[in-house]
Amino acid sequence: MIWLSQAAIPLLLVGIPLYGLIKKKPVYELFCQGASEGIAMAGQILPYLLAMLVAIGVLRESGAFLALAQWLNPICEAIGLPAEVLPVALLRPLSGGGALALTTELLADYGPDSFIGRLASVMQGSTDTTFYILAVYFGSVGIKKYRYALTVGLASDLVTFISAVWICHWLFPA
Amino acid sequence: MLNWLWFGLLALGVGYGGITGNFSAVSAAALEAAADSVVLIIEITGLLCLWLGMLKIAEASGLMQKIAQIMSPFVTFLFPDVPAKHPAFASMLMNMAANFLGLGNAATPFGLKAMEQLQSINPHPERASRPMITFLAINTSSITLIPTLVISLRAAAGSAAPTEIIGATILATGCGTVFALVFDYILRKSKYGRS
Repeated sequence: MIWLSQAAIPLLLVGIPLYGLIKKKPVYELFCQGASEGIAMAGQILPYLLAMLVAIGVLRESGAFLALAQWLNPICEAIGLPAEVLPVALLRPLSGGGALALTTELLADYGPDSFIGRLASVMQGSTDTTFYILAVYFGSVGIKKYRYALTVGLASDLVTFISAVWICHWLFPA
Repeated sequence: MLNWLWFGLLALGVGYGGITGNFSAVSAAALEAAADSVVLIIEITGLLCLWLGMLKIAEASGLMQKIAQIMSPFVTFLFPDVPAKHPAFASMLMNMAANFLGLGNAATPFGLKAMEQLQSINPHPERASRPMITFLAINTSSITLIPTLVISLRAAAGSAAPTEIIGATILATGCGTVFALVFDYILRKSKYGRS
């Protein structure tokens, strides 16, 4: 499985043009034609990405995040989530890079094989950055009304985190 | 809603920073994030060009249609509004496969291609369509089989067993994805899902 993960990209890079050549297509021209669409797409995404990253950066650096984490502490104790890992859970849907930095810190401070290290690893790996994905994916095609997409995304993040806590307690009893 | 959400994040950050005397950190964060987003976009641009180029070959040679034809019966039940064998199925499947294997970087171009194709059959171009929301529900809860980044971080931090979290990650991500699909189905059938 890990082999497949490493081989997938090289195989696609040779397999797709090979298939095109067999079908007698001008693969080089087609590649460049497709690649040129990437520039326009990136330009289309940038404003949405920037708007979201600035708002999240401001929120994170203001200290409001840590205050929120402290305020939520009693609830965390009730479900068995260590206070140290809560900021990772709060930041994960907003900022992939921010959560990754926190996880790296926890791995260094408590060790990757501690309960805190394992739980932070599982939380980091088990979900994606909901706000970033919605902003970029919807922004790329000019969608302005998200309807219930954010509700579904955030609710499933919450479910993922709570199950991560329970699963880690079950698989890695302290 | 998006307007208020965005303003809320900004106002909460600025307000809290003001109360705690953190104004300089707040303005530094805003400028830094703006600059970072451009760096990020440049990285993404390269990936987008590479994979959109590959996808163009796959499209023109009929490979995408073939993938959609073979694989779409397995996922059509999730997307009742998308016509059978529509090419969007191929892009969505390649996006899910890339996420599945922990290749997040390759997943984004496939996903954006899928959005473009879903947008072409969206009756209200400014509103998210039901299949888009279902697709993003799967995407944000991310079915990851191999969390490659986390494994390498753990190895770098000196873990005795960097891969021991794979099982727990699959279980947690599975719970999240199943919940996302059920919740999406309920909302899609409710008054919020009316097109």
